[in-house]
Amino acid sequence: MPWRLLRFALSKEHPEPRMFTAHEKLKPSYDAVIIGAGGHGLASAYYLARDHGIKNVAVLEKGYIGGGNTGRNTTIIRSNYLTPEGVQFYDESLRLWQDLSQDFDLNLFYSTRGHFTLAHTDSAIRTSRWRAEVNKHFGIASEVVGPDFIKKAVPQIDISCGGHAPIMGALYHAPGSVARHDAVAWGYGRGADQRGVEIHQQTEVLSIDVQGGKIKGVKTSRGYIATEKVLCAVAGSTPRILKMVEIDSPLYIHPLQAMVSEPVKPWLDPILVSGSLHIYISQSARGELVMGASLDPYEVQSTRSTLDFPEGLSAHMLDMFPFLSNVKVMRQWAGMADMTPDFAPIMGKTPVEGFYLDSGWGTWGFKATPVCGKTMSYTLANDTNHPLITGFTLDRFRNYALTGEKGAASVGH
Amino acid sequence: MMSRMHQKNGEWIDRSKAVSFSFEGKTYSGFAGDTISSAIYASGQRVMARSFKYHRPRSIMSLANHDANLIMQNGAGARFPYATPNVRADVTPLAEGMALTAVNTFGGLADDKASVLGKFARFLPVGFYYKAFHSKRLFPLWERMFRKLTGLGKVDFATPHIRTPKQYDFCDVLVIGAGASGLSAALAAADQGAEVVVVDENARAGGSMSYQPGTEDSILAKAVSHPRIRILTGTYAAGYYADHWVPLVDSEKMSKMRAKAVVFASGAFEQPAVFRNNDLPGIMLAGAAQRLIHRYGVKPMTRAVVLAANADGYRAAIDLAEQGVTVAALVDLRSSHQAGELEVAVKAKGIQVFSSACIYEAVPAADGQSVGSVRIAAFDDGVVGAVSKELECDGVVVSIGYAPAANLLYQAGTRMRFDKGLQQFVPEVLPYGVFACGRVNGVHTFASRLLDGQRAGAAAASHVGFGDGPNAVIPAEAESPSHVWPIVDHPDGKNFIDFDEDLQFKDFRNAVQEGFDNIELLKRYSTNGMGPSQGKHSNMNGLRILARLTGKEPQQVGTTTARPFYHPVPMSHLAGRGFSPERITPIHGRHEKLGAVWMSAGVWQRPEYYAQPGVERIDSIRGEAMAVRSGVGIIDVGTLGKLEVIGPDAAEFLERVYISKYAGLKVGMTRYAVMCDESGVVIDDGVVARLADDHFYFTTTTSGAATIYRELSRLNTMWKLDCGIVNHTGSFAAVNVAGPKARAVLATLTDVDLSGSAFPYLGLREGVVAGIPARLMRVGFVGEWGYEIHVPANFGGALWDALMDAGKSEGIRPFGVEAQRLLRLEKGHIIISQDTDGLTTPSEAGLDWAVKLDKLFFVGKRSLQIIAKKPLRQKLVGFMLDKDFTGAAPKECHLVIQNGKLAGRITSIAWSPSLQRHIGLVLVSPELSAVGTTLHIRLSGGDMVAAKVVPTPFYDPENLKQKEGA
Repeated sequence: MPWRLLRFALSKEHPEPRMFTAHEKLKPSYDAVIIGAGGHGLASAYYLARDHGIKNVAVLEKGYIGGGNTGRNTTIIRSNYLTPEGVQFYDESLRLWQDLSQDFDLNLFYSTRGHFTLAHTDSAIRTSRWRAEVNKHFGIASEVVGPDFIKKAVPQIDISCGGHAPIMGALYHAPGSVARHDAVAWGYGRGADQRGVEIHQQTEVLSIDVQGGKIKGVKTSRGYIATEKVLCAVAGSTPRILKMVEIDSPLYIHPLQAMVSEPVKPWLDPILVSGSLHIYISQSARGELVMGASLDPYEVQSTRSTLDFPEGLSAHMLDMFPFLSNVKVMRQWAGMADMTPDFAPIMGKTPVEGFYLDSGWGTWGFKATPVCGKTMSYTLANDTNHPLITGFTLDRFRNYALTGEKGAASVGH
Repeated sequence: MMSRMHQKNGEWIDRSKAVSFSFEGKTYSGFAGDTISSAIYASGQRVMARSFKYHRPRSIMSLANHDANLIMQNGAGARFPYATPNVRADVTPLAEGMALTAVNTFGGLADDKASVLGKFARFLPVGFYYKAFHSKRLFPLWERMFRKLTGLGKVDFATPHIRTPKQYDFCDVLVIGAGASGLSAALAAADQGAEVVVVDENARAGGSMSYQPGTEDSILAKAVSHPRIRILTGTYAAGYYADHWVPLVDSEKMSKMRAKAVVFASGAFEQPAVFRNNDLPGIMLAGAAQRLIHRYGVKPMTRAVVLAANADGYRAAIDLAEQGVTVAALVDLRSSHQAGELEVAVKAKGIQVFSSACIYEAVPAADGQSVGSVRIAAFDDGVVGAVSKELECDGVVVSIGYAPAANLLYQAGTRMRFDKGLQQFVPEVLPYGVFACGRVNGVHTFASRLLDGQRAGAAAASHVGFGDGPNAVIPAEAESPSHVWPIVDHPDGKNFIDFDEDLQFKDFRNAVQEGFDNIELLKRYSTNGMGPSQGKHSNMNGLRILARLTGKEPQQVGTTTARPFYHPVPMSHLAGRGFSPERITPIHGRHEKLGAVWMSAGVWQRPEYYAQPGVERIDSIRGEAMAVRSGVGIIDVGTLGKLEVIGPDAAEFLERVYISKYAGLKVGMTRYAVMCDESGVVIDDGVVARLADDHFYFTTTTSGAATIYRELSRLNTMWKLDCGIVNHTGSFAAVNVAGPKARAVLATLTDVDLSGSAFPYLGLREGVVAGIPARLMRVGFVGEWGYEIHVPANFGGALWDALMDAGKSEGIRPFGVEAQRLLRLEKGHIIISQDTDGLTTPSEAGLDWAVKLDKLFFVGKRSLQIIAKKPLRQKLVGFMLDKDFTGAAPKECHLVIQNGKLAGRITSIAWSPSLQRHIGLVLVSPELSAVGTTLHIRLSGGDMVAAKVVPTPFYDPENLKQKEGA
């Protein structure tokens, strides 16, 4: 038992202060306003205050801290992307992740489990090799491995997948990890709060005041705030905010669903993804199997669940792990994924001066949380795009300079 | 000590059928109709499980799946070939030969070594695991320990893939819940003429009528015999999805019910009272005690204290007394109530009533495994007086309130409001076609529930077109059945709110102190409601606590989002039979006989090559390729997408969707066709053939067939052109006969003039081949004189046989996908999506010649015009390895490195039997694309291989093979 837990036994009162200060009112003005108190928004606030000394910041949240995709994703962290831009960006994120629990003094359960992208076809093997070669070029642990290697890591797997989708190999990424997603938002929130940032929950942005192409303020459900800098980090709600500042984007919103089983004794150590079966699975610290699949195939701005999802996902899961037949699915849920045509995010400055965008996070936003905070805070503080995000700017769509990341999406889309 | 009572009318067990089973290694006997818990409890064994965090002894609490205290593992044995984890003992029917153990114990239920964790509770406050263990070095060690402690049952890896049937079902009115209000609703709807299905998770219908004396049950018999009512018991509605789509789950399968209207008569979850040691075995909800007695003939205790805050508690006290249980006292949390007659009746049984009183704490019996006494104190809305009395008892019966079983109502989109008078959330605005009645609707009095059921049933019937709707008026409840604050603080805690997660009152206070003062944040930080029972017994108390701690009303605090599933659903039931559709061509059987080794191409199965005894794979492939080069080969290309466009605007349509021109294509000719998306990226290719002025036949790639057809249909709908598209992918078989001797072979089977002048390269002819009506196209994908022959699918096999026969003398050889890939590579033909990626434009792929920017419009034109003005990003070019190269050759997707930087990627590579060296295609930076440039290719291990950029085609660059006499 760690000594740190002693204080709980020795103290009569619960010896923990509030993680997030409750603020009665909004101030009339802030140096910067961040829309969205998810992981990305709070991380940006944290690094703005910590690294750039900008502390007079309000984070506005319509719901509650971490209530969007931060709390709805399947918590997979990896950096084995396909494009040089993506690989370097996510590699920096992974480095930040590894120290985050100690930085925060909050246990994020950051757990390195190893990540397999299973290949069932020769074209998937080719893509795996492509990713592995690009990854290795940038010093990232990434290898194409054969069925024996997979079988050793997950002895229970049916490598033939019921006979109709035999696993030919996999892209193996040893640093692949999972983390307790809610705690990430809390850690960043607490750190930002301690440094003077104000987090305002249940505060909705109603409109954004733009004059002469420049940000002047934000009208909220709790009053008007003057500010010259606004960072938008609202995932599935991005198109609504962009409408307020009259910026066109190629974003489109698809639901992404997930489900968990009842807890069972841990048996699955690594994270497995299969593009052909459109599934991914890991086992949480609570013993739940956390499972996901590809995007719903239509655009909807909604977080409702469908029955097709657990039906299809279960069927494919049993191809790989037939012995899960008796394991029960406890809960399903959905998030809204803001997709881009090239499967890379949209980050940085925009045509509106003082309006910064952190969006297009589709199905891969959680793993980018720390590096988004780092790069967006830099971008906002210096009014210059951080070098790591120059491949992700909004103008790439006008300039036909896309960053093709589709091949690295976790499952087929 | 056995506690089975004398036989009772209406009991659910069959005493003539003994069921033998074991629990924790000891043999027990129960009866058919028992649940696992009722049978074990009847034998006198109370402790059946250990709790999740502190490993405290646990027993029956709700006996209704509102808690998940009693989760067991059914081990493999003679009757059960494999073990089943996480069996819910309270509701799982007992079966012969079960070999049950408690989950989550270390060293067995009785001597669970992990129960020591309870002693460390002070060190382990809410969220403790966030506050420690996170040193970067040590976390992996801690985590390993956590992973040993965590989880419930064990998965049995010997479990086979269980395939269950799935069924679609339909009805006018689906009633969820076969209790008083549900049956009443079903009868009302069916009487109006509606076809009604009633589902209930219990083994039998009747709901609380089966265990609450004084509730009359003639409606059950009426409903059972009603011709328009189907009652499905042992079946739960697992979720509610859009448009009344409700999965009904039973032990065998999942049925998917599409109802025209849904009546929710799902009742309520009886809620626990919160006081110290409220989890001791013997402390149970009134519903559980009465279920034990009336359904299973089990005496729950000999000496009870009843803790009540509603009339049901008084009735339970009377029931217990009449069943021979000594009721030591009735403790009423309320200071005033309208018990009236009931209180008189209770007192008449000699039961002492303490009003404005609470159980301050329960005290374990000497063995620590069960409740031994309770300490009573004055209670006024949470303010607790001094302990006034300690009452010995071996059981406590709790009836302090309800929470609506509204999970599915929430999923349906119902707006709920907190009714302060009732102290319950009730529906405020119901979605279209959704109705609610009974306890879930805030109606608790028995007579009112019957009336409310009639009202909802008539309304649902009227909604689907039967009858004129309800005219009933439901009297308001005289008093709330739910106490506003059934919670007693205690300095030493162990007053549990969430039993799944061992959450105590102070955990909530501490979480709120730390800023988790929003219902969703509180849930996530404390894990309240995140366990297997998903908050059924804990959300309401959690909400009351949060409201009080933050000075808000429950209405303002709100509830967490209710998500499927209502109860967990086995993956086997969700998966059903598990379809994995695969497509095979009409010629599949022929390939099989020829020894085809199969590969998946999208949904299709295709021969990769034809295996020959004693011949290596690679030699087979090269042999097949050389047979095409030197003689004649035949390949099944029936997997290509095959479409027709017909109508006056057919040519216009093709002009718009492909980058080349087709308006001027002559009837009887074909042309290569490339398709781009709006951003100018190459997405598909094929061949367009003109059958008539207004009639084209065209192919797509195998993998693109479905999406291209869908996209073309969308565009055609949008453009409103006067033409129609037909998908013939499945209705045509197709083979390609290629090689210098192809013409000679085909000539024996057809009257079509095959001379080069009559049937030129890229020509199309319709004719008869081997007696089969056919479309013939002279194409050259593999680089030899050849014909693609398309025939109606039924004749595919006959065509193949005829060609194989006719070619015998010429040594015709079937070839597979690998040989075709090799042949086309020699010819420098690209494969879309292998030699291109998600961003490749026609210019980059060397297809500039196909782009006709002078057309008025085509998909992608605007983008290609812009891109044309920009420098190329990459270029697809051919390369060769040194003629003398030996050693490991590069593979596809190995990278080109220039001055330490990424400069390209190999998209295709193979050893060419025709050229006797390695050839390939590579996407490289434009500055490396000039013929003669040396490329440096890095292998997986880091070794570098040099290659030279060369022009393509590698083979027959003059295209002489297509010329007569050449």
